[in-house]
Amino acid sequence: MKIRRRNLREVYVWQLPVRFFHWINAAAIVVLCITGYIIGDPPAIQSNAEAIHSYWFGYVRLTHLAVGMIFVVNLLFRLYWAFAGNRFARWNNFVPLTRAQWRSIFKTLRVDILLLTDKPVYDIGHNSLAATTYLGLFILSIIQATTGFMMMFVTTNNIMEPVTTWGLQHLGGFFIVRQIHHILMWAFILFMIIHVYLVFYHDYIERNGIASSMIGGWKFIRADVMDDYEKKIKRNRPDDSDPCDEPHE
Amino acid sequence: MTFYEELKAKGYTRRQFLKFCGIMGAMMGLRQTGVAQIVEALDTKERVHVIWEHFQECTCCSESFIRASHPLVGKILLELLSLDYDDLLMAAAGRVAEETKEASIKKHYGKYILCVEGSIPTGSYGYCTLGGRSAREIFDEEARGAAAIIAWGNCACSGCVQGAHPNPTKARPVHKLISGKPVINVQGCPPIADVMAGVITYYITFGRIPELDGMGRPKMFYARRIHDTCYRRAFFDAGLFVQSFDDENAKKGYCLYYMGCKGPNTYNSCGIIKWNDSVSYPIQSGHPCIGCAEPGYFDQEPFYEHLPSVPGIGIEATADKIGAAATVATLAGVSVHAVVTNIQKRKLIENNTEFPVKEDEVDGI
Repeated sequence: MKIRRRNLREVYVWQLPVRFFHWINAAAIVVLCITGYIIGDPPAIQSNAEAIHSYWFGYVRLTHLAVGMIFVVNLLFRLYWAFAGNRFARWNNFVPLTRAQWRSIFKTLRVDILLLTDKPVYDIGHNSLAATTYLGLFILSIIQATTGFMMMFVTTNNIMEPVTTWGLQHLGGFFIVRQIHHILMWAFILFMIIHVYLVFYHDYIERNGIASSMIGGWKFIRADVMDDYEKKIKRNRPDDSDPCDEPHE
Repeated sequence: MTFYEELKAKGYTRRQFLKFCGIMGAMMGLRQTGVAQIVEALDTKERVHVIWEHFQECTCCSESFIRASHPLVGKILLELLSLDYDDLLMAAAGRVAEETKEASIKKHYGKYILCVEGSIPTGSYGYCTLGGRSAREIFDEEARGAAAIIAWGNCACSGCVQGAHPNPTKARPVHKLISGKPVINVQGCPPIADVMAGVITYYITFGRIPELDGMGRPKMFYARRIHDTCYRRAFFDAGLFVQSFDDENAKKGYCLYYMGCKGPNTYNSCGIIKWNDSVSYPIQSGHPCIGCAEPGYFDQEPFYEHLPSVPGIGIEATADKIGAAATVATLAGVSVHAVVTNIQKRKLIENNTEFPVKEDEVDGI
């Protein structure tokens, strides 16, 4: 039997709304990619039924549009939570504005992507590199939602129709908007592969329960790492009160 | 001379004239009083003077125009305008023709309509020269005195074939070369004849240009996509698609979306007004829409697929192929990464080494 030596502390990192956002977002992206791909390149499901008895392609589109709406609302909620959530959910994690964040990005690149050293990067929440890619994903999501709305609302009575049609036509029409929407789908697919792999990677290497933390919200952090982090917070922001700092017994 | 007087002189009856007005009113979607407005306008107003220029184009717009669907419309349409200059249709030639034009421009300065067919090259003027003058020079001069400019067809609206990649003549559409003048983009390659007639009739009747959309196209004809008015739309929603041009589904008239139909991407009234005396339109004839009323449609090749080839990488590749290749590459990349991880980080994995935390080493905000 192998037993680890080090003391671990359980840290509540991902609040419930963050976890809900994550899984709704994940499910929505999967459904949107699948239905979107079908819409772009429909499979040859043929029958001898009259068109009036069949509506499967309509339902695929309905699913895509409805889930797209969920995706957008979910995203807006996360934007709100970036200001209301705990320190690990806050917006400044995702926007690399400080030197420390950039230093951490390069460190993570060296350690986890290029595998140049054994020594891990110590993070509690997102590492800076991951957080920055989530900002990228957020921007992609906004572009995806905007181009989607542009195509969805044409020739409808939707209240947003004048705006989206204006945007569509000033971008150069359907062709270009459709292409952007389609090509970005692949960006999401590539993101998913790398994201899931890196979760596996971190769980395997660092054994901090990162994979299950998105279910329960808790991570196992080495006690010395946590001590150092708490010291740093106390020094940098002594008045900062955070729901995460409340003791969970 | 008013339009009606001109018609009377040519031997048309009042009845035929009213019939024409009725057709035009219906085309523009006016109510009955609107038809009366057309009658009154054409009865009393002077005919609009038109200078019609042909630049880099194939004259398919003119071909379309003189084949307006209803025979009466076809006959009357050219009478509707005082076509002072049209180097394709006019009997005069050479110096006489040019002098007529100059006289007309001088006489009706600020009041005539400039109709432009074709794109204008901004590269070497040698690409398009008329009577020893470059297309750009002619256009600039004529546009200055025009009350409004009508850009016929995709060439004049967005460059069409000549403007497609790599655009050797640096062809530019009308609206990119002029500002401060109303430009009506009558899109299509060619535009539907009745749409062309409708735009002109509207201008004569109401004395102003019709309401335009974000791309400068008259809303009354370009407000809806072909997809929205397509009679095969039911097959689209039912997911019944033609898989190849010679299959059973093609015979049954299923949706052509799978064959690359650009109907969902194209604003035009093909599905309503149709072509050639409202006989048919491309989709009804079993061919997918190629999107000829949208800017840059020639760069969306191949016509029979939805996603265009990506230019510049040598091989025929669509976004999907590149995306699939990138996915495979990413999967391979993470696999390699996983293997290297097991080698590089074996100490960490085996728990053989201590990695003590130095002062202030933990990242994060």
